[in-house]
Amino acid sequence: IKGDVAVVRMNDPNSRVNTLSTQMQREMTEVMDEIWGNNAVQSVVLISSKPGSFIAGADLNMIQACTTAEEVTGLSQEGQRMFEKVEKSPKPIVAAINGSCLGGGLELGLPSAFDMILTGRSIRADKAKKMGLVHQLVDTLGPGLKSPEERTIEYLEEVAVEAARGLAKKQIPLTKEKGLMQSNYFLAEIQDYVMSYPFVRQQIYNTVQNKVMKQTKGLYPAPLKIIECVKAGVEQGPTAGYLVESQHFGKLAMTPESKALIGLYHGQVTCKKNRFGTPEKEVKTLAILGAGLMGAGIAQVSVDKGFHTILKDTTLEGLSRGEQQVYKGLNDKTKKKSITSFERDSFLSNLTGQLDYNGFNKADMIIEAVFEDLSIKHKVLKEVEAMIPPHCIFATNTSALPIKDIAAVSKRPEKVIGMHYFSPVDKMQLLEIITTDKTSKDTTASAVAVGLKQGKVIIVVGDGPGFYTTRCLAPMLAEAVRVLQEGVDPKKLDGLTTGFGFPVGAATLADEVGIDVAAHVAEDLGKAFGSRFGGGNVEVLKTMVEKGFKGRKSGKGCYIYQPGLKRRDVNTEALEILESYKLTSSDSDVQYRLVSRFVNEAVLCLQEGILANPVEGDIGAVFGLGFPPCLGGPFRFVDSFGADKLVEKMRKFEEVFGNQFTPCQLLLDHAKDPSKKFHK
Amino acid sequence: MLTTNQSSYDLFCFILQRSKKEKCTFHFHNTTVNIFVAKSKKTLAKPGVKNIVLVDGVRTPFLQSGTIYADLMPHDLARAALQGLLNRTGLPKDAVDYIVYGTVIQEVKTSNVAREAALGAGFSDKTPAHTVTMACISSNQAMTTAVGLIAAGQCDAVVAGGVEFMSDVPIRHSRRMRKTMLSLNKAKTLGARLSLLGSIRLAHLAPELPAVAEFSTAETMGHSADRLAAAFGVSRLEQDEFALRSHTLAKKAQDSGLLSDVISFKVPGKDIVSKDNGIRPSTMEQMAKLKPAFIKPHGTVTAANSSFLTDGASAVLIMSEEKALAMGYKPKAYLRDFVYVSQDPKDQLLLGPTYATPKVLEKSGLTLNDIDVFEFHEAFAGQIMANLKAMESDWFAQTYMGRKTKVGAPPMEKFNSWGGSLSLGHPFAATGCRLVTTVAHRLQKEGGQYGLVAACAAGGQGHAMVIEAYPQ
Repeated sequence: IKGDVAVVRMNDPNSRVNTLSTQMQREMTEVMDEIWGNNAVQSVVLISSKPGSFIAGADLNMIQACTTAEEVTGLSQEGQRMFEKVEKSPKPIVAAINGSCLGGGLELGLPSAFDMILTGRSIRADKAKKMGLVHQLVDTLGPGLKSPEERTIEYLEEVAVEAARGLAKKQIPLTKEKGLMQSNYFLAEIQDYVMSYPFVRQQIYNTVQNKVMKQTKGLYPAPLKIIECVKAGVEQGPTAGYLVESQHFGKLAMTPESKALIGLYHGQVTCKKNRFGTPEKEVKTLAILGAGLMGAGIAQVSVDKGFHTILKDTTLEGLSRGEQQVYKGLNDKTKKKSITSFERDSFLSNLTGQLDYNGFNKADMIIEAVFEDLSIKHKVLKEVEAMIPPHCIFATNTSALPIKDIAAVSKRPEKVIGMHYFSPVDKMQLLEIITTDKTSKDTTASAVAVGLKQGKVIIVVGDGPGFYTTRCLAPMLAEAVRVLQEGVDPKKLDGLTTGFGFPVGAATLADEVGIDVAAHVAEDLGKAFGSRFGGGNVEVLKTMVEKGFKGRKSGKGCYIYQPGLKRRDVNTEALEILESYKLTSSDSDVQYRLVSRFVNEAVLCLQEGILANPVEGDIGAVFGLGFPPCLGGPFRFVDSFGADKLVEKMRKFEEVFGNQFTPCQLLLDHAKDPSKKFHK
Repeated sequence: MLTTNQSSYDLFCFILQRSKKEKCTFHFHNTTVNIFVAKSKKTLAKPGVKNIVLVDGVRTPFLQSGTIYADLMPHDLARAALQGLLNRTGLPKDAVDYIVYGTVIQEVKTSNVAREAALGAGFSDKTPAHTVTMACISSNQAMTTAVGLIAAGQCDAVVAGGVEFMSDVPIRHSRRMRKTMLSLNKAKTLGARLSLLGSIRLAHLAPELPAVAEFSTAETMGHSADRLAAAFGVSRLEQDEFALRSHTLAKKAQDSGLLSDVISFKVPGKDIVSKDNGIRPSTMEQMAKLKPAFIKPHGTVTAANSSFLTDGASAVLIMSEEKALAMGYKPKAYLRDFVYVSQDPKDQLLLGPTYATPKVLEKSGLTLNDIDVFEFHEAFAGQIMANLKAMESDWFAQTYMGRKTKVGAPPMEKFNSWGGSLSLGHPFAATGCRLVTTVAHRLQKEGGQYGLVAACAAGGQGHAMVIEAYPQ
């Protein structure tokens, strides 16, 4: 307590961030009661003692610990009571927020405001001020007589205390400018007037509902329930609204979608850690071979993390295009104001573009992103090994070539590792790291460290054709080609896949990956795994490539791409090719044909030891291949859908199509014994 | 107190140089000897290094921008300072080997303002001149450039100075508009010209205004100063008190005629100006009424505790000691060691003095106690107070400066005792020469031996110089 202002400091000793746990709710209620009982206190400041985090939202573990919807409803009601208490406080409360303030944390932070519907967007502080979410911004401070973090919190508290005092004495009005207030008031009047007609309200509910349905395709139940809560609140008053809210919250917490998403959250946290320990030598200089889409993308996510990055290409045109890509990526961030133009420039100063091997003698890691051709990769590896220091790691960015084949010509195979980035590198979170049995643990630790610094979610998998991600995707794409051959329109196919929860439809995905790459991979993996990888005819893809339909990058694939145009038309010439390879339609469940092959291959990867655990399998599939997040990944999908039901479906497909749908042993084991689950 | 490791001969010489009593500890031949000797009266002259002297320094009155100087151009002010220097010193116009001048906000028509002003002031057209820029330490840079030219044996007499003219600053067309106008020059046909003219939109006509902001961070200096003050826990009250002190001392100095570096200047079409016009001692109550100027509503930096936009120019005559004596001058001071420092332009933008002071003292072999006169540039009261607190903090010295201990804050009775930039005004590029000339004058007046100049500058840079009184 500072004079007539009570300062409530929140600090969860057991965690890096503060969460809304039962304990916290209880303590908050107690503290509030105490404050109201104390006549000396005129106003309150709520602040977190943790630098960079106010309240990160509800405690996930608390929700996970609940087994029934009623329990969660109870928790939710307790939370509501706490918020209500804060909201109805007779004494002004100032929330001093430093750093992330999410979900319920935001609700607590904005007691004077309103109950919020939250999208998953993050809002910068200055934006929040403009939106009217916060009243006053406090700048972060630099070095002073204490560390910047410590002093910033202190300063925030000082300013908040002053504000609280001002509020209590009614010296500071909550809404500042008069003109603004009046116009807001006027708008609010109109709004109230209009909203008094049930018809208008119904219309608004419908519009919002349609929008939500369009975005989620009905796969995520929560947004719809939120609309119901608002509806109940508006139509039947706040008490009913809160009741409905807590009940729905309880029900939602028990849905498989909720479990899947919480699982993904925990998985992601796991994959943001280096389970191979700290590498002996920190990578400072990174040399990237090949300034193509991938190479430049990798450079882009490296320069802004402080790696000195060499980008090497063989031609001036290639290099120029690559450097432009890095510049554009950073400049777009500048335009969005997430970095300043000065930061952009200083990041770019970490980039050296060149055509020769100058400076490679100081490189700590090479990431090779040249064309996917074993002989080219061999040539490059041999050339580079002659130039680099002994400790330097050679990482190869390939989506399908087995690392041990590439490493075969290396003089130091323990330093060779696979780093499979996903395109576009700056947007895709996943990095698949592939180790051979010769790769040393320190090399792996180093690769993971670099990937983490680049901001990636990382899975480390064993070597083999297609590793994990490509191997799962290939059978699904093969099946997609077959579906197309059966005469299903690419748009229809896309609709079916997105309807299942994939963020990108199968035909679009093929275009994004590149038809040539798909053909390449399909052929390679077909050779390695035999008829199990059959399905569509590889010739379809090959013919498309011959005609120049390589996907988005060549402007034509399954669709026609025109720069500047969002609308895409189906490529009729591609349809002609499909027509010539037409199969009779077997008209069965297309969605499950696609997904079951994907899932079966994933389970097989675990069975064969390519995957270390199901968690990484789920993370890889969701973050790298866009496996429906609401299903939580292939392994969680098997758990929730039921292995037996999946096997049953596959057996039916097997009768029609053959061994491409034969379930693997591990899946059969799980089908036989329902108590077996991938996720406990 | 002094700890050295010297031969007995050196020790003897050392003792002879001292006159005031001070306890010194010597270590030699593994024996510790404590002797009470004089406080440093030794000179900082180094064998093999030329003695460089400040012959004299002048400045135009510093006026708030938009007042009496409003219709001039920057080189007019610079001319006035240069002519004033010629009058004051009686220097033959062709005796100057070189002219270096500082400026921050450039008038594009006179981008080498040094040359235009020199010609206009009647210097020989055979005397080359160049312009330097280093934000608020531009004229410090001009002076040290002069010192360098003399030390290197290339020149014997150099005029240095600085000018800032905030009554008129270049306001530009928008980039789009400029691009269209430049294309218009190249357009060959009437049709092409018309289509270019047609492409002009109303928004393109919005001008680009210059701001006292960092290019790298886009933060205005006042905003940064406010954050700095908060980081060091400098209160609004402390800042207002310091600002009031500056104005009070400046007023006193002005009234008692101490500001002898100010020359009178007949402004064309206006009266003769002979006084600074920004000195306004106020009361704490009045100052407390002001609202924060940058960080609203809880900031602490206000118009009253910041330096104001100022027009003004300054000039100094720097010579090798031999040349000055040969020409019959009685120099005012030696210009000794100097340093430039730079640090993070975001969070340590204005901490230059903190970093530069210990560095230059070490270079000269002096401690803070040896300094009799301190002249620090006062950009903001909050900035000065933050620097004083940083210099007084062991934690800051250890954590950010890699030093074992703090250097210590200057004693206030020796600090800016004739006012400072807050009250006298701060024409960015002219302030450095004012600081050096003031140190020389104060050393003469107060009978001190050493003076220290320190200043911060945009870009996170800083400067400090040790000045030694010329034996009277």
